[in-house]
Amino acid sequence: MALTVQIKKRLEGFRLEVDFTARDGEPLALLGASGCGKSMTLQCVAGIRRPDWGRIELDGEVLFDSGRHIDLPPQRRRVGYLFQQYALFPNMTVEQNIAVCLGRAEESRRRERTAELVRMLRLEGLEGRRPRQLSGGQQQRAALARILASEPRAILLDEPFSALDSHLKWQLEADLADVLARFPGPVVWVSHDRGEVCRNCRQVCVLDSGRSAPASTVRELMECPRTVSAARLSGCENYVPIRPGPEPDLVSVPDWHLTLRCAGPWREGAAVLGIRACHVRPAAAGEVNAFPCETVRVTEDVSAVLADLRIPGSEGPLLRMELDREAWAALPDRGRLWVSVPPERLLLLAP
Amino acid sequence: MDWYPLYNSLRIAAISTAAVFFLGIWAAYYTARAPRAVKGLLDAVLTLPLVLPPTVVGYLLLLALGPRRPVGAWVLERFSVRLTMTWWSGIFATAVVIFPLMYRTARGAFESFDETLAQAGQTLGLSNRFIFWRIRMPACRQGILAGTVLAFARALGEYGATSMICGYTPGRTATVSTTVYQLWRTGEDGLALRWVLVNLAISAAVLLAVNLLERREREGRRSRWR
Repeated sequence: MALTVQIKKRLEGFRLEVDFTARDGEPLALLGASGCGKSMTLQCVAGIRRPDWGRIELDGEVLFDSGRHIDLPPQRRRVGYLFQQYALFPNMTVEQNIAVCLGRAEESRRRERTAELVRMLRLEGLEGRRPRQLSGGQQQRAALARILASEPRAILLDEPFSALDSHLKWQLEADLADVLARFPGPVVWVSHDRGEVCRNCRQVCVLDSGRSAPASTVRELMECPRTVSAARLSGCENYVPIRPGPEPDLVSVPDWHLTLRCAGPWREGAAVLGIRACHVRPAAAGEVNAFPCETVRVTEDVSAVLADLRIPGSEGPLLRMELDREAWAALPDRGRLWVSVPPERLLLLAP
Repeated sequence: MDWYPLYNSLRIAAISTAAVFFLGIWAAYYTARAPRAVKGLLDAVLTLPLVLPPTVVGYLLLLALGPRRPVGAWVLERFSVRLTMTWWSGIFATAVVIFPLMYRTARGAFESFDETLAQAGQTLGLSNRFIFWRIRMPACRQGILAGTVLAFARALGEYGATSMICGYTPGRTATVSTTVYQLWRTGEDGLALRWVLVNLAISAAVLLAVNLLERREREGRRSRWR
């Protein structure tokens, strides 16, 4: 089953236009910079905000349809929403937070189910605490327990780790992944962090100032993004304008006075070349796509060295290269060197 | 010393506070969520009694409730009940005067409420009624309580509108404030002073209670943030 969202909403100075489908067992990431409309999209799906136009469908049931004037209240949508700050009810204990979401059930059944969720989310011993007495990770687990108690058909996660400053985030992420792995319905995960998306999602839909791009697999986004905004979100560092070269698989980079070979033919609509810093390698003169550079600036990162290079005689942007510390130390001349980018690593991007 | 004025003041204050408690919360809840243009207008109208002289409120009330005025005449004819010059006429006067106090403190409390809590409740399938009474109200409890106490204190001290609509009849419509005026006017200074002291004691106690409530609310909010 699936959650299909196709909505438009206009606000002052902002237009939201998203279109995606999240399927069971394949968490879909909405990836975008802050303020691009990710949270608003989730709010529209949950029924907290109303889109101006469109249609939202979950497991074949229409939750919202502007044409047919259908707009189910959030209570009837059964969509679990993990808020950024978790939104636990401050006047209730952990146990009460969970129990009030169980709906109308017998007292014994409620107690049983609450205990089950407490165990499942490792909240034992915290049942009697108030939300403000919990750590961020515990609050998140309590909020998840509460969502599962309400038996949702889909789960929406709004930047689940943005409220945490824990250095043990990876453990919390693993906990969350375990919960989601057992959840049978569609999951939408809003994030601005490509690492988080890579580790936890299968599909990804890039959101750029309110517009969604067609969904792709996370692999595809990381290996061959199609647009500059997608490339940025996938972590690509270098961008320079390009034009078609003299041959089908050549591109010309006027700013750098270079012509580079690509793995495939020119892509219609391409205007910018993207190069990841880790794909720039030291090379020998005469190799494919090799060109000489001067080092302008060197920055030491955690485990790598970042070198900013200028192509001699050009006014174009600097090229950032990321290299192992050892490989950098082994270079014969760190001030002037030849580098290359393998043809299959050049990203031809639409602006 | 005849304690009737204190008894009368307390029952008028208690009944009007109880009425305004619900009316004020209801008005605050809906104004807090109204569109901006409507909100400004409603807010001005609902706050008006706070800045109007109580005598003006009394005059306007007499215009409506007096035995020869539209509402007053209708009630008199239909139920043979005069709306003015009885002890409970004071309830209308104090209710109108204290309404803005309740309304404004409740609105302040509602506006500082974290709306995502209500939204979370909705997505979790909780009814709007449950969310209002079990999540929103507890979160705003201290502010609303402080407003209630303040409104009650003001109701106890109401003079202008009450004296216009109830007049002063010893043992019937006399309240603490109208008694003080009457005693002073007739030169019974000693007795007037005693009533003044009673009034001061009650008001001081109430204001201390308000401060205590507000401090507790601030502390509660701080620890929630932490």
